[in-house]
Amino acid sequence: MTSKNVNIKIGELNTNIGQIKNLELSVGKVINNSWEEPMGPTPMPHLTTLRSWDMKLLKKYKPFYMPDCDLCCLCTYGKCDLTAGKRGACGLNIADQSSRIVLIACCIGAATHNGHARHVVDHLIEKYGRRFPLNVGGLNVKVEAPVTRLVTGIKPETLGDLDDILSYTESQITHLVSVAHTGQEANNLDFESKAFHAGRMDQVGMEIADLCQISALGFPKADPEAPLIQMGIGTVDTNKPVIMCIGHNVVPSVGIIDFMKDQKLDDKMEVVGLCCTAIDNTRYFERAKIVGPISWELRFIRGGFADVVVLDEQCVRTDASLEAERVKAPVIAASEKNCIGYEDRTNDPVDKIVDDLVNYRVPGVLILDPEKVGEVAVRVAKAVAPIRKKMKSLPELDQIKELAKKCRHCNMCQRSCPQDLAIEPAVKAASEGDYSKLADLYEACIGCGRCEEACPVKLEIHSFILKVGEKKMLAEKNFCRSGRGAIQDNEIRSVGGPLVLGEIPGIVALVGCANYPNGGKDVYDIAREFALRRYIVCLTGCSAMSAGSYKNEDGKTLYEEFPGGFEAGGVLNNGSCVSNPHIAGAAIKVASIFAKRNLRGNYEEIADYIHNRIGAVGLAWGAYSQKAASIAAGFWSLGIPVLVGPHGSKYRRMLLGRSDKPENWEVLDARTGDKVNVGPAPEHLFQTVETPQEAMVQIAKLCMRPNDTWKGRMGKLTHYIDLTKRYYGVMPTDIHQFVRTPADIPITMKDEIVAILKERDWKETKIPDPTMLPRMIRKAKE
Amino acid sequence: MSCEPWQCAEIASTKKANPIQKPEIAVAMIKKATRPLLIVGSRAVTQTLEGKPVIDYIIDLANASKVPVVATAHIVGDFVKRGYQPAAFMTAMDISNRIVDRTWQGLDGKGHPDLIMYIGLPYYMEALILSGLKHFAPDLKTMTLDNKFHVHASWSFPNASAEEWASNLTTMTSKFL
Repeated sequence: MTSKNVNIKIGELNTNIGQIKNLELSVGKVINNSWEEPMGPTPMPHLTTLRSWDMKLLKKYKPFYMPDCDLCCLCTYGKCDLTAGKRGACGLNIADQSSRIVLIACCIGAATHNGHARHVVDHLIEKYGRRFPLNVGGLNVKVEAPVTRLVTGIKPETLGDLDDILSYTESQITHLVSVAHTGQEANNLDFESKAFHAGRMDQVGMEIADLCQISALGFPKADPEAPLIQMGIGTVDTNKPVIMCIGHNVVPSVGIIDFMKDQKLDDKMEVVGLCCTAIDNTRYFERAKIVGPISWELRFIRGGFADVVVLDEQCVRTDASLEAERVKAPVIAASEKNCIGYEDRTNDPVDKIVDDLVNYRVPGVLILDPEKVGEVAVRVAKAVAPIRKKMKSLPELDQIKELAKKCRHCNMCQRSCPQDLAIEPAVKAASEGDYSKLADLYEACIGCGRCEEACPVKLEIHSFILKVGEKKMLAEKNFCRSGRGAIQDNEIRSVGGPLVLGEIPGIVALVGCANYPNGGKDVYDIAREFALRRYIVCLTGCSAMSAGSYKNEDGKTLYEEFPGGFEAGGVLNNGSCVSNPHIAGAAIKVASIFAKRNLRGNYEEIADYIHNRIGAVGLAWGAYSQKAASIAAGFWSLGIPVLVGPHGSKYRRMLLGRSDKPENWEVLDARTGDKVNVGPAPEHLFQTVETPQEAMVQIAKLCMRPNDTWKGRMGKLTHYIDLTKRYYGVMPTDIHQFVRTPADIPITMKDEIVAILKERDWKETKIPDPTMLPRMIRKAKE
Repeated sequence: MSCEPWQCAEIASTKKANPIQKPEIAVAMIKKATRPLLIVGSRAVTQTLEGKPVIDYIIDLANASKVPVVATAHIVGDFVKRGYQPAAFMTAMDISNRIVDRTWQGLDGKGHPDLIMYIGLPYYMEALILSGLKHFAPDLKTMTLDNKFHVHASWSFPNASAEEWASNLTTMTSKFL
């Protein structure tokens, strides 16, 4: 840590010259110079500090807006119709408004992760003290907080340091939210730049959240062999009392697990999780189990498996409490961000709370003390498990047949389904005793329940789907690797050269939520394809779960088939949502550890390095949330391309390059200052892909970077061409844009490619030392 | 046939599509256009109408009308193996982003398209893209050939059954022969 507030408080002081009472002195910041790296140009950037860098990216990757709504209704001047260039009462047009919505989404995401970090840091400081040291990987991880170091110029050493850094990010997020107020920012690109800034704050907040929990809660520390965790509904022993935790904040779960261990009940009960809390539970307690991704909330609750439902924060269905009531599973709300209208029982005696829940005098309670959550959850689960006998709210098959006969065939179910699933024919078939069409919907259904809301005769269609899929649900027994956290410095040293030179073709990060267009298997297929091709495959969150939910022909999950190291062909689960900065951090550490670039407060230079040299691509195949938007923004600002699945089009703005405009693809050669056309590498910064096949081809293409050596480019081109041939059934038509010298041409395809180059009037160019920053030109400095 | 947006929540539109009440209207639009372009999404290979894949109806229409086709997603190979060569293949976002650029001179470099047609994209994706074109290329005519009403297009077929859809596409093709 480089700076600290110094506060001196004197309650009472008696001296020869007089008496002092209640004196408080604050002398601001004291600089601690234990980190010898010189400070870069942009520590603690404000809203416009990195604006010129953002604008460089936004000039290359221009926004393509797809407004979800023609109107603005954010102030009382409105509603204003902004269609096709009209300006609203405040003066904004639809491009400005669209970018404003992007900023708002990114601010919500950044605030959510930072709020999460604030809660965990405050809780851990209260428990362990401000001086508790950070340790995310012992001697294996010297650069413990690459994102924080890069953005703030601060090297955090203790929990107290994280508290100070959060004060900075919180102030920035406040400013960013204020920008969205009516009558503030007036230009879409400036809104976009601020969305990038929200992404930077988001990355810092997430990194802090994971740093503190890894350090203080004993999570795996940069461990490539983090334990394999049982995953799937079929792994849950329903003969035991089951506590189900949903959300993202592990603190209440820690209270539960600690109490279970203390009472020697940890092998007599099940603690299972959904969404990121599930992953973080397993980082704390190896025997915790992962049920599955966010979209399975209704699946698990209606299936009656949970005896107690504990809700923390983020991505929790807001009707989870109502669903739990139906199966007589008491609910504990454990986050001040998600109180559900329950009475605050934090200060009540445990015996009284337990008694009220066990006797169903109240359906749920709010408890904001995690240790009390632990004791109440365990005692209630033990008491109600025999009473509930795993009460379900799923109908039996013969009931489905009868209920389905009430269907009016209005098709509102399909028209409300985000997946546009053919529900009505399936219900019709069920009414005739054929359940196969309902069963076919099980995999693609994302469990939102909108079909039920739309049904005029209130058929519980999702429950129908779950019932006919019950056998499949109970057979789900897989493995997910526990979140390993950071990447070791030594791993970076091993792969830094091959990555920068292009010999390891890329880092593919499959992250984010489970709003998949056709089930989770696409994530598995994509991850496996790139692992087999010896890319480095990193996963987090719900994507990490989906990737582990399928098996190869030998019956092995992805995590059993591939090693967990940051290496060619490695498949890593970094952890939960807040573990995403370990992936960005790996790219930053390549610049720092391998290339010896200073990272301290040196954002622009490091981002320029990453953008031009490190073939990293993010894919959020099922992204749905505002947090996913801010996570993506953090990657965009580092110049790392992000793809989203088809539902990601609803983020309403892409950042697209134009491969047909050669003038857009010039970089500076840092050796000479010459402008060199390097082709569209990477071609886009953010775009939606429609099918998994398209995602794979785009990933391979987006891994190309201007700095690739001929050997590296040859390898990357081989993958790009091979994937295009395999999945598109044709040769790519843009190969000439990626071949710089004859040495780049894959040997096995030489004749075919040379013919294409001739046809396209291709001309050889040189491989530069690429940069977008004039100040990096060495000749100019001399 | 209903002219409500197929997905119920897709209603926040002040400028709504004109419904194409019969296929002859769509044919007239295409014939009137000087540089039409048809963009075909991935569902063209997963949906069938009366036992025939939608892509086959599209190839028939493209061959008859001589409208160039852009294949999105991974489906270019499905065209090629049926003996039809699309004018280009690229992501739906990429081609649509070019279309909103008024200076873009089309796939052949001879001029900006004046009628853009979409078919076979996921409904929500197509809706958003059409919204982007409505707002940022307001002079451009857009038309969907799906059987789901798209409120953001200039012209859209109403919601229709598979049989009606097949009939519409077949009739359109016949009018060019």
